[in-house]
Order: sequence, then C-alpha cells, then structure tokens
Amino acid sequence: MRAAVITFPGSNCDRDMAVAIEQVSGKAPIRVWHGDADLPDGLDFIALPGGFSYGDYLRSGAMAANSPIMRSVVAAAGRGVPVLGVCNGFQVLTEAGLLPGALMRNAGQTFVCRTVALSVENGESLFTRGYGAGASIRIPVAHHDGNFFADEATLDRLEGEGRVAFRYGEAVNGSQRDIAGVLNEAGNVLGMMPHPERAIEDAQGGSDGRAMFESIFANLAVA
Amino acid sequence: MKVRIHVSLKPGVLDPQGRAVHHALDGLGFSGVEDVRIGRLVELEVADTTTDEALAEMCEKLLANTVIENYRIEKVAA
Repeated sequence: MRAAVITFPGSNCDRDMAVAIEQVSGKAPIRVWHGDADLPDGLDFIALPGGFSYGDYLRSGAMAANSPIMRSVVAAAGRGVPVLGVCNGFQVLTEAGLLPGALMRNAGQTFVCRTVALSVENGESLFTRGYGAGASIRIPVAHHDGNFFADEATLDRLEGEGRVAFRYGEAVNGSQRDIAGVLNEAGNVLGMMPHPERAIEDAQGGSDGRAMFESIFANLAVA
Repeated sequence: MKVRIHVSLKPGVLDPQGRAVHHALDGLGFSGVEDVRIGRLVELEVADTTTDEALAEMCEKLLANTVIENYRIEKVAA
C-alpha cells in the first residue's frame, strides 16, 4: 500500500493525517510538497490535509487548487486512485473541480471547533464501508469556511446518486441540507469538513474516524 | 491597461458577512438599508494586447468561483 499526503504552504493537519495513515495501515505515507510536478509512481491513496493553504488568499483552497501538484492529483483521481480531502482538502477539491459545490463562510460567521454528530448517508463507498449506512458517529470539526453550497439541481443529483457521504446530525455551519461530505461521480474522491484523522484512538477523545481509514485500506488489500 | 474585476455573490447565495454588516448598519441607526452584499474588487494592470477572452479565462479559472460568484470585467481608461 503506497499512500501520499500532500502538503501545501499553510497546511497544518498534514502530520496528523500521516500519523493516522501509518497507525491504521502500518506504513508511513510519502510526504509530497505542493510544488512538485509529479506524484510518486504507483500510489494507492492520496490525502489532502486540513489547514489554511496559501493563507486562504482569494478563497479557501483556490490557490492550492492551481498548484503544480494538483494537476497530477486530478489525473490520478481520473485513473481511479482514491483521494480524500479533509477540511481545507475538501475546499481544494471543490476549487479544483473534482467535487461539485463550494465551501462558503459559516452561516454563523464564527470559527466552529468541536466534536459533532454525523450520520453516514452512504455506507457502501470505499471510504465508508466500515460504518454501514445510517451509522451515527462523532468526529471533530474545526473550520471557518465549511458552509456547503450547491444549486438545488446539483443537490438533488448528489442525493439521488448516493453521493452525500455524511450529513451533520446537528446545526454546525449552515451547509445546504446539512451536507458534511460528498463523493465524486465515480466514488473514488471524498471531500469532508470533519477530521477523521483526529479521531483514531481513544486518547484523542474518540476513535470514530478509524473505520474510514480501515475501509480505504481494506479495499486496497482486496484490490 | 488597467482592468477592474468585480466579483459578487450570485443572487440567492446567502451572504453571512453581508447580513452581519447589515445588522451593524442598523445598529448605527442607518434606516432604510434593505440589503447588503459583499463582493471583491480585483485590479489588474495588464498589457494592452490582453484579449477579452484571456481576461474572461482568468476570471473563470481563478479570480471567481462561478459556482457561487458572478464577475464583471471593467476596462478603466488610462
């Protein structure tokens, strides 16, 4: 299993993501810098971490989406490589056009930093198989721009195609239809505002994020 | 050539910042403000040969997020 974690200037959850991947898979991921043009060969999984890439200049994720490495990430996603974007990583994925919609300023205007309830809406994706549909989990969020917006037609399509992976179980940031995470059409790209890498073991206050990484890596072992 | 790119939220997209500023204006006693929407102004200094197509592409690819924003290109007389 070869995983990579991309670091942009201003990423601050890249180490947490790398530690989570190593703890669950037993193998440390390759750390890739945003200015690299190419990804390492033979990757099985790519993670875009949280943080404030490029200081959130222009729009959250907008600058990172146009960095050299993202062209390679878009190409890898097109080949079916699983890509997970958490928080700022989710913002980067929408800005790069790999996922629909946009993440706007939280409706309450404040930075939200707490553990929230999520319901697993699609329990069959390669990221969520370990939970099963309808599972209720608790994962930390920490963001200012997590208010998911898409037009009604796009939202209907996402719901109809089972591409809403997670929904908030409580009011968090004003997201349309309480959407916390969405999948791309092929199901190999997931963007989510909550941080599963911050919920890997009980010492972190909960371990509900662990099953996501187990799902991803179990799938790779079979493949 | 100086170009101003006006980026604004699409109609119907909730603008929490605009709403907060609206409340603040109310609090200052300015009555009759019916709505506040906050956008962004990007000023570019570009070569005179820059085409309209190139300017539009800059907006589509980076300066605006067309999922939530509209843009308007204004060329400013020197």
